[in-house]
Amino acid sequence: MLTSIMEQLINGLRTGSIYALIALGYTMVYGIAKMINFAHGDIIMVGAYTLYIGIALLHLPVIPAMVLTAAVCSVLGMLIEKIAYKPLRKAPPLAVLITAIGMSYFLQSVALLIFSSTPIPFKSVINLNAVQIGTVNISGITIVTLAVTTVIMICLTLFINKTKAGSAMRAVSEDRGAAELMGINVNRTISMTFAIGSALAAVAGILYICQYQSLRPTLGALPGIKAFVAAVLGGIGSVPGAMLGGIVLGLIESLSKAYISTELADAIVFGVLVIVLLVRPSGLLGKKKLVKV
Amino acid sequence: MAMLKVTDMTVNYGVIQAVKGISFQVEEGEIVALIGANGAGKTTTLHTVTGMIPPKAGTIEFDGKDITKTPAHRIVSMGLAHVPEGRRVFAQLTVLENLRMGAYTRKDKDGIEKTLTEIYRRFPRLEERKSQLAGTLSGGEQQMLAMGRALMSKPKMIVMDEPSMGLSPLYVSEIFKIIQDINASGTTVLLVEQNAKKALSIADKAYVLETGNIVLSGDAKALMNDDSVKKAYLSE
Ligand SMILES: Nc1ncnc2c1ncn2[C@@H]1O[C@H](COP(=O)(O)OP(=O)(O)O)[C@@H](O)[C@H]1O
Ligand SMILES: [Mg+2]
Repeated sequence: MLTSIMEQLINGLRTGSIYALIALGYTMVYGIAKMINFAHGDIIMVGAYTLYIGIALLHLPVIPAMVLTAAVCSVLGMLIEKIAYKPLRKAPPLAVLITAIGMSYFLQSVALLIFSSTPIPFKSVINLNAVQIGTVNISGITIVTLAVTTVIMICLTLFINKTKAGSAMRAVSEDRGAAELMGINVNRTISMTFAIGSALAAVAGILYICQYQSLRPTLGALPGIKAFVAAVLGGIGSVPGAMLGGIVLGLIESLSKAYISTELADAIVFGVLVIVLLVRPSGLLGKKKLVKV
Repeated sequence: MAMLKVTDMTVNYGVIQAVKGISFQVEEGEIVALIGANGAGKTTTLHTVTGMIPPKAGTIEFDGKDITKTPAHRIVSMGLAHVPEGRRVFAQLTVLENLRMGAYTRKDKDGIEKTLTEIYRRFPRLEERKSQLAGTLSGGEQQMLAMGRALMSKPKMIVMDEPSMGLSPLYVSEIFKIIQDINASGTTVLLVEQNAKKALSIADKAYVLETGNIVLSGDAKALMNDDSVKKAYLSE
């Protein structure tokens, strides 16, 4: 029993940390650009296919293929922002939302045209032996996922809080106009945010695909929507919130699947979201609006 | 040579013309006041000068360069800083982080530290509260932070939008004294104020703005004794 609970918790941490990586992209983009980038989930899909191309078609070694994946996704994220969202900076939120949904379908359709809807099997490139701690068995991919996400979260937190570029990001997210008066190039800051968010989605895509080992044009939709829920749960716009939201969501999902019902797991996840938002409308770590003096 | 020279500047919000072809200039070393009632177009004028809004027509020259089309984020490094209306400090950043944002475009590390020390000397309260979030400061302290933040860029000229707005009388006097200090240490000042009496009392020159037009201009002391100014802006 204890072993099983431990294993479920570790599973939950693993999926949760992937959700957290994706949720960071939603939340950072929301913080800076004040929009929900619904195409964010599909960046994961692009990342997965890029990794596949790098490994299976270009025969690149694993690390260069991963770097390529992150680079392709970053550039794609910046391009999407430049082409689709930037012209809408002053447009009503609904127009931006619809454009983002359209962009999501666009990416899926392009993948469908190139790769068709037949799933492509993909052999994990992360081949680490499982580790046995007591009676608990932890798979290699789990260890890599946890290690990678921990390192990324620490680096990202340091970047946002301790570097000049990170402070500039926080300044832009709070008051774009005042940030401009400081000499901060707002367009470049927004671009950089999309690049970082998309690189995180690429990492999530790599980890995800090594876990599920099958490629489909719609593979980004489910983790995308779950991570969006995680970002809202943690408080959209809050970086620690996205991390916490992702982990909490992964744990709830894993425990519900194991001990309540696989079918009900998603309903339980959304139920928790509703309850949290009823009690704390701005999410677990979301900032309450500061009243201007 | 004029530090700032604005010629026939017109600014529109959609079809509304907020500023209607105004011309004014600020000489190096001066304090120039721009006064006028609420809605006269003072904030719009400042926003246009520092590149936040593009003018519909006219030209803006700063320090001998045409900055009419220069985007806001490039203007501060040319030596023109803006203390915006309502202070707009970054509430979620600490006082020190706010100050460092003011020096965002500067590369001279030692110089930045030196300016920071000077600013702490001028505003000791900012040093006491340097690790506090700016949103937790009082209104007067936030105004000092907004000024200190602008000074961190080591500007040749600083424009200030209603720095005394919403402050207690004690703070108002302090803020005006600080503005004089800043000017005395060599920074040119363009000051927008609704508190016309105080503004005129420290200014060299002043312009009066009414519904987007400059209706009066001249020596600040002379304007203080002008009957129409007295009637419209100086009545208690
Ligand atoms: N963003 C805006 N959109 C439309 N009209 C505006 C905007 N900002 C200001 N205005 C209008 O422009 C005029 C001048 O405003 P403003 O420059 O803020 O005046 P002041 O600073 O002198 O009080 C006012 O009539 C105001 O309603
Ligand atoms: Mg104003």
